[in-house]
Amino acid sequence: MKRVNAVVIGAGAGGGIVAKELSTAGLSVVMMERGKWYTPHDCRKDDLRNQRTTVLGNAFGPEDEGNPRVWVDPKGTVHTALPSEGSYQNNAACVGGGTLSYGAQAWRYMPQDFRMRSTYGAPAGSSLEDWPISYDDLEPFYDKAEYEIGISGDYSGTPFKGPRRRELPMPPLAPNREFGILESAAKRLGLHPFHIPMARNTVPYNGRGPCMRCRWCCGFACEVDAKNGSQNTVIPVALATGNCELRTECMVTEILTDDRGRARGISYIDGDGHRQEQLSDIVVVSSAAIESARLLLNSKSRLFPNGLGNRYDQVGRHLQGHHYTGATGYFDFDTYDDVGPGASIAICDYNHGTPGLCGGGMLANEFIRLPIHMVDKVPNGTPRWGLGHKQAMRAYHKRSVVIMGPTQQIPTATGRVTVDPAVKDKWGLPVARFEGNVHPHTYDIGEIQAKRAEAWLKEAGAVTTNLMSYRSEMVSAGQHQAGTCRMGDDPHGSVVTKNCQIHDVDNVFVIDGSVHVNNGGFNPALTIMAVAYYASDALIRNWKGTGFKS
Amino acid sequence: MLNRREFMATSALAGAAVAAGCKAGSRTWYRFLSEHDVGSLTAICDQIIPADEFPSASQACVLTYIDLQLTRHYRRHQQAYLGGLEQANLLSRKEFGVELAAASPQQQFAIAQAVEKQNPRFFDLVRSHTMQGYYGSPRHGGNRDAVSWRMLGLDEPPVRGRAQYDFTAGRKP
Ligand SMILES: Cc1cc2nc3c(=O)[nH]c(=O)nc-3n(C[C@H](O)[C@H](O)[C@H](O)COP(=O)(O)OP(=O)(O)OC[C@H]3O[C@@H](n4cnc5c(N)ncnc54)[C@H](O)[C@@H]3O)c2cc1C
Ligand code: SF4
Repeated sequence: MKRVNAVVIGAGAGGGIVAKELSTAGLSVVMMERGKWYTPHDCRKDDLRNQRTTVLGNAFGPEDEGNPRVWVDPKGTVHTALPSEGSYQNNAACVGGGTLSYGAQAWRYMPQDFRMRSTYGAPAGSSLEDWPISYDDLEPFYDKAEYEIGISGDYSGTPFKGPRRRELPMPPLAPNREFGILESAAKRLGLHPFHIPMARNTVPYNGRGPCMRCRWCCGFACEVDAKNGSQNTVIPVALATGNCELRTECMVTEILTDDRGRARGISYIDGDGHRQEQLSDIVVVSSAAIESARLLLNSKSRLFPNGLGNRYDQVGRHLQGHHYTGATGYFDFDTYDDVGPGASIAICDYNHGTPGLCGGGMLANEFIRLPIHMVDKVPNGTPRWGLGHKQAMRAYHKRSVVIMGPTQQIPTATGRVTVDPAVKDKWGLPVARFEGNVHPHTYDIGEIQAKRAEAWLKEAGAVTTNLMSYRSEMVSAGQHQAGTCRMGDDPHGSVVTKNCQIHDVDNVFVIDGSVHVNNGGFNPALTIMAVAYYASDALIRNWKGTGFKS
Repeated sequence: MLNRREFMATSALAGAAVAAGCKAGSRTWYRFLSEHDVGSLTAICDQIIPADEFPSASQACVLTYIDLQLTRHYRRHQQAYLGGLEQANLLSRKEFGVELAAASPQQQFAIAQAVEKQNPRFFDLVRSHTMQGYYGSPRHGGNRDAVSWRMLGLDEPPVRGRAQYDFTAGRKP
C-alpha cells in the first residue's frame, strides 16, 4: 500500500479533527476506524439497544462477541466484561466515535481546571497535576471548535467561565418546561442558571437543518442530522480535500517501529480479516483513552519492550472519567413536556471555590428520561415490582426531574489501564484491563454535589427526592474516559508533550481524551476537540516535507 | 384503585385471554420456551407487572420479548431460565401441590416472593427482562402497540418536526 504522510487511528472526536486539519494542510492521510460508518438513515430509535441503554447491545459498537475487557475489583478478583456491560467502560466504535450518538453537551473547561494542583494542592495519594497548557492557550481552539463543529447555547447567564472572544455561533433551543421550573428556583437560591452549550443545530448551520426536538437524543444518532459530531462536520471536509482516505472496519493492531526507534507505520486487520500494513511518516493515535493506551502497550518491540511511549511506565495511568451524582425530585405537577433533547439548563456555581473540596462540577438537568430509565428511578420505598411499581411509573414518569453532574475526578497513578496477560480479543490481541480507582476525595465531592442538586430540586417544588450518590469500586471511565497518556513537560510523569507528541518517539502523537491531565467538571468532548485543533496546529507548524523541523 | 384481591382476580382472568394475542394460538410460536415454561413464566411476569386498567406483562407480550431474546442477545441466560423455572415449579408443587401455572394468583404471588428470596439472580433477570419487554421499544416483540407508553401518557406515534426557529434565520459558519 502507498506510503502516506500520516495515519490517524480512530475516526472519533479527536481523530476526525486531526484528519481534517492535516489533509487541508496538504498532508496525505489515511484514517483507520475499527467500526462502521452509519448514516442518519441507520438511526433507529431503539430504547433497548443504543449507546446509553445497552441491554440488547451497543448500537454503535463494539459488538458483544469477541471484544471482552477485564477489570479487577478491590478484593483483587478478576472479572471479564462484555461491551454492553457498564464495567466495560465503553464509548463507541464507529465513524464519529462517541460523537455520533453523544448527548452533545459542548463545554469549555474553566481556567482553574487546567491548574488543579496549583489551585488546590494534590491530596495525598492522588496524582492531581496542572496541565502544561492553560485555558488561554486553548481559547482560540475552543473558539474554532465551536464554529467548525457548530455549537448552540448562551453563556450570558453565568459569571463562572473563562474569557471568550465571541458568542457561540447559534442561539440555544427554546426552553423546555424543566428549564422554566428550574431557572426561577436557581435564581431564588442565588445561583446562576443558563443554557447548556450543545453541539446541536438550532438553526440551519453547515448545510444541515435544526433539531426537531425528538424524545431520543442522548445515546442515539440524529435522524435529521442536526447533532454535530466529527462524522458530519470535519470528516466530510477531510475526505473532500482528496488527501484523506477513510478505511472503516479496520482494526489497528500495532504501531510498527524501525531499528532507530521511530514509527514506520501500522499493521491492521481489514474487514475481510486480512493482515495489512500501512506505512507512514507519522502515526496519530486517536482511539479514545482506553484503546489508545492498549494499542501503545500492545506495540512492543526490542527498543520498547514495555510498549511504545511507556519507558517510564506512565501509559495507562491516571485513568479518569466522571463521578456522576445528583438527585431526582418528584413533583405534584407535570414537569415533562416530551420536548427533546431534554437537558437544557445548568449551573457552574459549584465547579470551584468550596473550602475543603478539590473542585466540584457542573450541575444540569438530565436528557429525556425514557420509560425504561424510569423503572429504577421511582421514589425510594416503592416496591421493586408488582402493582405498586406500576402505579409509581404512572404517577411519576411525567412528574420527576433529575439534576446531576460530572464531578471532577481526582486521579491516581494506580487507577489505570493495563493489558491482560491472559484474555485476548477475536483478533488475538491482549485486551484492556482496569485496575485501581480514583482518589476517595472524589466521592466526598460527589456527595456534596448530590445534596446541592437536591436543594435545587426542593426549591423548585419537589415534594420528595432521591439522592444519587455512591462510592464506586472502580473508575467510572466509560463515555468520558480520559487521562491514560497525560500531557506534561516531564517524561517521567507524562506520556506526551504539550503538543501531544510522545516524549521519546517524535513521530507518534496521541490526540484524544487520553492526554487530559484532569478531566474538568464537565463533559469532555469539546475540550478533546479543542486540544485536537491545538495539537494539529503545532504539528503542521513543525511539519517539513516528510519530517519535522528542529 | 383496585385492592389486592381485585387486581389478582383481574390479572388471572385477563391472563387466560392474553396468550391468544401474542402467540396466535400456535403451539410452535415460541422459539425457546416450551408451553410449560411459558405457563410458569407468565405467572411470574404477571406478578412483576400485574394487570389493572392497563395490561399485565403477558398481555403486553413480554413473553414474546423474553423468548425471542433468549435465542438472541440473552442466549447466555437460557440455563438460568430453565433452572429458575424448574425451581419455581418445584416450590409451587411443594407448597401448594400444583404446577405454578395452575396456582391461584395469591399462590403465584407467594412463589414470586419466595423465588426473589431464594434465587435472587434468576428473579432479578426476570424482573429486568419483564421491565424491558413492557417499557422498551415495541420492535422487539414486547410492549405491544406501545401500550406502556400510552399508559404513561406519551404521544404514540410521537410528535415529530418541531423546529423552534425560522429555517432561514441561520448564521453562516
Ligand atoms: C451516549 C453518549 C453520550 C455522550 N454525551 C456526551 C456529551 O453530552 N458531551 C460530551 O462532551 N461528551 C459526551 N460523550 C462522550 C464523547 O463522545 C467522548 O468524550 C468523545 O467521543 C471522546 O473522543 P475521543 O476522540 O477520545 O474518542 P472517540 O470519539 O471514542 O473515538 C475513538 C475512535 O477510535 C476507534 N478505535 C479505537 N481503537 C481502534 C483501533 N485499534 N483501530 C481502529 N480504530 C480504533 C473507535 O472505534 C472510535 O471510533 C458521550 C458519549 C456517549 C457514548
Ligand atoms: S433531540 Fe434534536 S438533535 Fe437530538 S436526536 Fe432529536 S432531533 Fe436530533
